[in-house]
Amino acid sequence: MNVLSQTSAAEHSLEEGARGAKAPHVHLKGVTRIYPAVANNPEVHALASTDLDLPQGSFFSLIGPSGCGKSTLLDIVAGLASPTEGTVMFEGKRIEGRPPEGVGVVFQEDSSFPWLTVWNNVAFGLRRKRIDKAEMAKRVDAILAFTGLSDFAQAYPAQLSGGMRQRVCIARTLVLQPRLILLDEPFGALDQQTRLLMGDELLRIWRETGATIMMITHSLDEAAMLADHVGVMSARPGKFIEIIETGWPRDRTSEIVSEARFGSITAHMWSLLREESQKAMKAR
Amino acid sequence: MSKAGWIRLVIVIAFFGALEIMCRIGWIDRLTMIPPTEMAEALWSMLLAGSITEDVLYSLRNTVAAVALSVLAGFVCGVIVHALPRLRRILDPLFASYYAVPVFVFYPLLVVIFGINATPLILIGAMFGIVAMLISTLTGLDRVPRVMFKSARMFQLDPLRSALLIKLPSAAPHLITGVKLAVVYSVIAVVAGEFILSSKGIGHRIAYAYNDFDSRTMYGLLLLLLTAVTVVTMSLHMWEHRLHSRWAKQ
Ligand SMILES: Nc1ncnc2c1ncn2[C@@H]1O[C@H](COP(=O)(O)OP(=O)(O)OP(=O)(O)O)[C@@H](O)[C@H]1O
Ligand SMILES: [Mg+2]
Repeated sequence: MNVLSQTSAAEHSLEEGARGAKAPHVHLKGVTRIYPAVANNPEVHALASTDLDLPQGSFFSLIGPSGCGKSTLLDIVAGLASPTEGTVMFEGKRIEGRPPEGVGVVFQEDSSFPWLTVWNNVAFGLRRKRIDKAEMAKRVDAILAFTGLSDFAQAYPAQLSGGMRQRVCIARTLVLQPRLILLDEPFGALDQQTRLLMGDELLRIWRETGATIMMITHSLDEAAMLADHVGVMSARPGKFIEIIETGWPRDRTSEIVSEARFGSITAHMWSLLREESQKAMKAR
Repeated sequence: MSKAGWIRLVIVIAFFGALEIMCRIGWIDRLTMIPPTEMAEALWSMLLAGSITEDVLYSLRNTVAAVALSVLAGFVCGVIVHALPRLRRILDPLFASYYAVPVFVFYPLLVVIFGINATPLILIGAMFGIVAMLISTLTGLDRVPRVMFKSARMFQLDPLRSALLIKLPSAAPHLITGVKLAVVYSVIAVVAGEFILSSKGIGHRIAYAYNDFDSRTMYGLLLLLLTAVTVVTMSLHMWEHRLHSRWAKQ
């Protein structure tokens, strides 16, 4: 399934040229994951052998039926879990169960720190680095403005809605300017309009920073609109059934949803997913 | 105050009122117990005269030291045991049966080792409190959503920072439960220790007054002890509730 590196090379030749990197930014080879049996629970074969190459600065979306191993794959790429078999490389170095520097994750669950204000939540990672106060304040304020949280800087997570808390987590990750951004259903708690706007903003950040993004989503529209490539996964044990190239220009916005091509991409995704989702539902 | 709070207050007042009446009309004789108002009055005059200041401060210092020791050691041990599931499986039954063991029998032994001074009192107080704190730490860490620990790892925190910056605050509402128990257990152990073998402290004064048929001093000091422990645990209890609702993000 190494389609990615060839198909998107032309599109990203600019950044890649500037960084002089030809090797993929993220490289997975033969990655599997089996959760061992614990007490009465049998072992779970979460991920079948998976290969994936993400070029520097690409935007990859991951869709698949519930429980097919998407979050598992993300944990492995983040270095939070070790694959049962196979290798994972980030920037040419092997990741072995330890998160490398330069990777940021927004988790599926709310992970905002309830004991810190919104401002301090966002500043948490920056405080661990040697950055001077003024620069830190500037970066935090900028990212709060981007996520629409400026008015809530001094509020605690308990005072916010679920969607706002999720934005706190997004801000907390983006403020560190990671080179690889992993997002697990980041807009799940947001309403449709905010989703579209946040999607646009995410595209803008992606263009400006040249970061590589891998994003899990349940929304076919979101995947089709945001990504260069959409990986469609099978029911558990998850593997890629197809990797769809969207072919959007790099400076796209949510307006592409009105294009005919957008409709045909989502229709194709659904035709692939329909059967798998039924399988996943029956398996419960 | 909430309706339940008012009812609670009424119950407490009714209890002391009934006690007062029973003592005054002679159902309870004066050698057994004096009326609560007289206890308060006795305490007040002792405090004014300064006759108990030294003993109160002595017990207070020992209790604070014992609580600090048990909370700190209990938390540190809890974090370590939590990180080592295999060790935990071995130790869990021991923790569960700890309070069935009469730990207090070690007090005379500690006195033999350290002499009649503050050290054995602080140690026995800490021995009483530490396991309560340890168990609360384990429970607290068990309830912390896994995603919090994942976040800690993404921020590249070393074990110490991860414990202080993520684990401690995440588990805070449960840790306060541990502190509350540590306070209660430590007070019991310190006062009981002073009662048995000590040259100073509230417990020592109570024992002395008891043998002297000095009900005013004895009940005055008991009232002080009761009030102090109630105020401390009630404040911790309220703090615990506030944190629980904030941590639940509701
Ligand atoms: N720690 C674990 N131990 C055992 N099994 C697990 C563990 N974590 C996940 N699983 C199982 O592995 C499978 C894949 O889980 P995963 O969370 O990766 O799915 P997902 O695709 O992210 O699902 P969703 O779309 O619902 O978030 C599921 O069947 C799940 O029950
Ligand atoms: Mg998931």
